[in-house]
Amino acid sequence: MLNNYEAVFIMTPVLSEQQTKETVDKMKSVLTDGGAEIVHEENWGLKKLAYPVQHKNTGYYYLLQFKADPALILKFEVAMKRDEKVLRWLTVSLDKHALEYAERRIAKRNGQQAAAQEAAEPAQETAVETVENKEA
Amino acid sequence: MAEQQGEIRFLTPPTVEVKQKKYCRFKKNGIKYIDYKDPEFLKKFLNEQGKILPRRITGTSLKFQRKLSVAIKRARHLALLPYVTDLLK
Repeated sequence: MLNNYEAVFIMTPVLSEQQTKETVDKMKSVLTDGGAEIVHEENWGLKKLAYPVQHKNTGYYYLLQFKADPALILKFEVAMKRDEKVLRWLTVSLDKHALEYAERRIAKRNGQQAAAQEAAEPAQETAVETVENKEA
Repeated sequence: MAEQQGEIRFLTPPTVEVKQKKYCRFKKNGIKYIDYKDPEFLKKFLNEQGKILPRRITGTSLKFQRKLSVAIKRARHLALLPYVTDLLK
């Protein structure tokens, strides 16, 4: 029986980009090794904290949405707790309304990405056209 | 003269309170899930010190006030909202 969960965690700002990626990959591997399926992930990047946590004023936020067996959550939380690079984390289970909201959120984000790509593509096309014109 | 006296004049015009009925914005807009990841939206339900506003002021229904308080507390845990502050807005 797989339930839907969502986890947000904050990593310390002292890490390099490579290190944050490694930490995220580690957390993801904990989930995937335990038989979870990652539905969605979001990198919020470096954000300012509303109050200092462990004497730090900023942190890298990362969001994971996944389907997992309830027993896996305990292992996941232990992994979070053991990793000193993670300042804070929050795992919540998603009910049907939350799931609906999350789906809309994903669709919206994908839409934005698609729009951004489309905005980039015409620029390329025009570039190609100008090249063609030159050749002609 | 008599006509002028018939009209009562005030130094300060009396304020006639027309009470607008408060309503629950979640029920009205059909919002079923309150997202803890959106601090800007949650800030509408906090006072300047970052305290949760009571239902009697915002007009939120009991069902959604409970969900709202959970969402705000989650946001606070993730340092998206402060626990205590001055001049939040």
